[in-house]
Amino acid sequence: MTDNAFGLIYTGESNMQLRELTYSRSIAAVPFAGRYRCIDFILSSLVNTGITNVGIITQKNYHSLMDHLESGKEWDLHRKRDGLFILPPFVTRDNTGIYRGTVDALRSVLGYIRRSAQRYIVLTGSHTIYNTTFTDMLAQHIRTGADVTIMYNEEAGFDPEDQYMDLRLTLHESGRVTDLQLDPYRPLSDLQSCDTYVMEKTLLEYLIEEAAAHDYTDFTRDVLLRHVDSLKIYGWRYDGYVARLNSLTSFFRHNMAVLERAVREDLFNREHPIYTKVKDEAPARYGQHASVRNSLVADGCVVEGTVENSVLFRGVHVGEGSVVRDCILMQASDIHSGSELNHVILDKGVTVKNSRRLAGYDSFPIIVRKGSVI
Amino acid sequence: MIKKRMVAMLLAGGQGTRLGVLTNRTAKPAVPFGGKYRIIDFPLSNCVNSGVDTVGVLTQYEPLELNGYLGNGSAWDLDRNSGGVYVLPPYVKGSRGEWYSGTANAICQNIGFIERYSPEYVLILSGDHIYKMDYSAMLRHHMEKRADATIAVLQVPMAEAHRFGIMNTDAEDRIVEFEEKPRQPKSDKASMGIYIFTWPVLREFLMRDDRNQASQHDFGKNIIPAMLQDGRRMFAYRFDGYWKDVGTVQSLWEANMDLIKDEPELNLGDKDWRIYSRSAIMPAHYMGRHGSAVRSIVTEGCNVDGAIRHSVLFAGVTIGEGAEVSDSVVLPGARIGANAVVNKAIVGENATVHAGAFVGAPPAENDPPYDTSLTGDITLVASNTSIRPGARVPAGMIVNADTFGGKEG
Repeated sequence: MTDNAFGLIYTGESNMQLRELTYSRSIAAVPFAGRYRCIDFILSSLVNTGITNVGIITQKNYHSLMDHLESGKEWDLHRKRDGLFILPPFVTRDNTGIYRGTVDALRSVLGYIRRSAQRYIVLTGSHTIYNTTFTDMLAQHIRTGADVTIMYNEEAGFDPEDQYMDLRLTLHESGRVTDLQLDPYRPLSDLQSCDTYVMEKTLLEYLIEEAAAHDYTDFTRDVLLRHVDSLKIYGWRYDGYVARLNSLTSFFRHNMAVLERAVREDLFNREHPIYTKVKDEAPARYGQHASVRNSLVADGCVVEGTVENSVLFRGVHVGEGSVVRDCILMQASDIHSGSELNHVILDKGVTVKNSRRLAGYDSFPIIVRKGSVI
Repeated sequence: MIKKRMVAMLLAGGQGTRLGVLTNRTAKPAVPFGGKYRIIDFPLSNCVNSGVDTVGVLTQYEPLELNGYLGNGSAWDLDRNSGGVYVLPPYVKGSRGEWYSGTANAICQNIGFIERYSPEYVLILSGDHIYKMDYSAMLRHHMEKRADATIAVLQVPMAEAHRFGIMNTDAEDRIVEFEEKPRQPKSDKASMGIYIFTWPVLREFLMRDDRNQASQHDFGKNIIPAMLQDGRRMFAYRFDGYWKDVGTVQSLWEANMDLIKDEPELNLGDKDWRIYSRSAIMPAHYMGRHGSAVRSIVTEGCNVDGAIRHSVLFAGVTIGEGAEVSDSVVLPGARIGANAVVNKAIVGENATVHAGAFVGAPPAENDPPYDTSLTGDITLVASNTSIRPGARVPAGMIVNADTFGGKEG
């Protein structure tokens, strides 16, 4: 079954709430949990399912993403038969290269979809992080005879500030979806889509062509919502950890959640590991006066100061006498001596010189743009 | 086959008996080192960083792990259309087949491999040294001197020179005499076991040596002396960086400890001379609420809830709450239980030290006798061994049973 499916990841989401994180990169390339990019999770989940044909639709700012994915070798997708296909926009007679929405984007890659030999497609976005395999979802899809199966989980809290592509499912006890709400003002259900769909690829082809004929632009709003009654849409429940990078605050919160053992064990399940680009950094080094508690520390870090409740990406340096609390320091951040950072997100390559003080709050972390010097 | 200017041959055949249980199921070059490396990563990375892209790895002992580790060489960028890394075990040739009987014999049996690339020079390396070195600079030296052979040398303290192969040279650094472990050394230039030979010359001497029944077919004992006797142009190439032979338990432990000095001589973070390795697929390591680490290196996949002092943790090591690990090297996947103490030890891959156990305890009078000739005061726990809860392993002991200590069952 799993060898009869292929994956298609749409990375064109744009979300202003992620602010500086996505100035120069797509959401898929946003760094996460010390050494990963957002897309590593969905890509590894597809690969760990046994899927060997994966397309990635890119829209803009995809340089960083291509640099990360290279030939797909790290995910075992560097293959003669199938493998990784990066699908950037291109201009033709009926394609301007700028997608107005997901329907446009999917339509422009219909050639890839048609060429793919597998019967089923696992269609996903790129801003949702989880670690699973789709074997059970595909099996359920076939067993129920569904037209479309939507992966969902239960989210108790609702924060309108943190809403982005929030698709809510109302289910009949048979598991069939009876109502879908997109970005509701008042959600009728706690069941939230994980932005992951299974269907037969021929159905997708039909739905895309039909939507394009009506000049519809958004796959979720214009296709799924309109077809709740006419298509057999089912939900597939997922009970593992799900991190939706909806905003800077949720980015901060989900990185911090990885400090909890249960979340770490779920996201980094050894049965199906998360693959990422290897950097060949030396192991992390702790100095004479290092004090580190409740933190995630990647290879290549040199810690000589104090670090608490923080996530340190590869190659971060924390100098002697500096104190870092509740922070996310991305790759190659360099904190010199005697500085204090509190609730701060440093994007890649930020330098903080001696004796600086920066403080945010957990509902409002400060973010410092890539490459800044403070 | 595309011609290569220089081909490297890495002598990895050593059984490494002086490393005790660390080489139970693995060839010496595959022994873990420095948190995420194996010994062979150093010569291989040096090759790639020096522009040498064809490497033959000569091994005849437990090749499985080494083979699996090297794979297609992609971790070192050695997956090439032409060249790359090859494991070369002995094989049957016609009706004749034999094990490698010496370092020179190993090269001699693989003349066919070398000739595929029609090289002008051959670089001979060994698989038990930790160092960073630019072989292309050594090759330039070799070419400038129009040498037949160039031997890398390191200045050692005169008092220790008797432990090495010593090169006696003239003012031009031309080698006039070679003495293996001389009782009264005349020079402090010790051979590092790194040679560049002009290939046609070496080929001739290998063939000649092969016909000599009395020869031990060894570079140091036979080939180098024979070339000297023949008046060949042989030069010493001085090297002044960090270099360490890690052929013994003591030196392997020391070399690991060298990495956690405040200013380590061997900089593993050098972006221009990276040491490549096959990385474990694991998340960043987690320092727990009760964890602490001082003067230590910790690799990805670790979970540290105890206190680490002056130690090296490899990938995927777990340190339980209240545990204390000091002056130790903990190899991949090992687990140290709650409140256990590990002191000046090397804990093998996937070994388990259960709660409250004490590894490296001060020796007591009623300890049964055990052999410390390989270990000195360093305690060695073999891979996959389990130390029972509360058990006491005295300093210098080698633990090589499935389970150790406490009551059976």
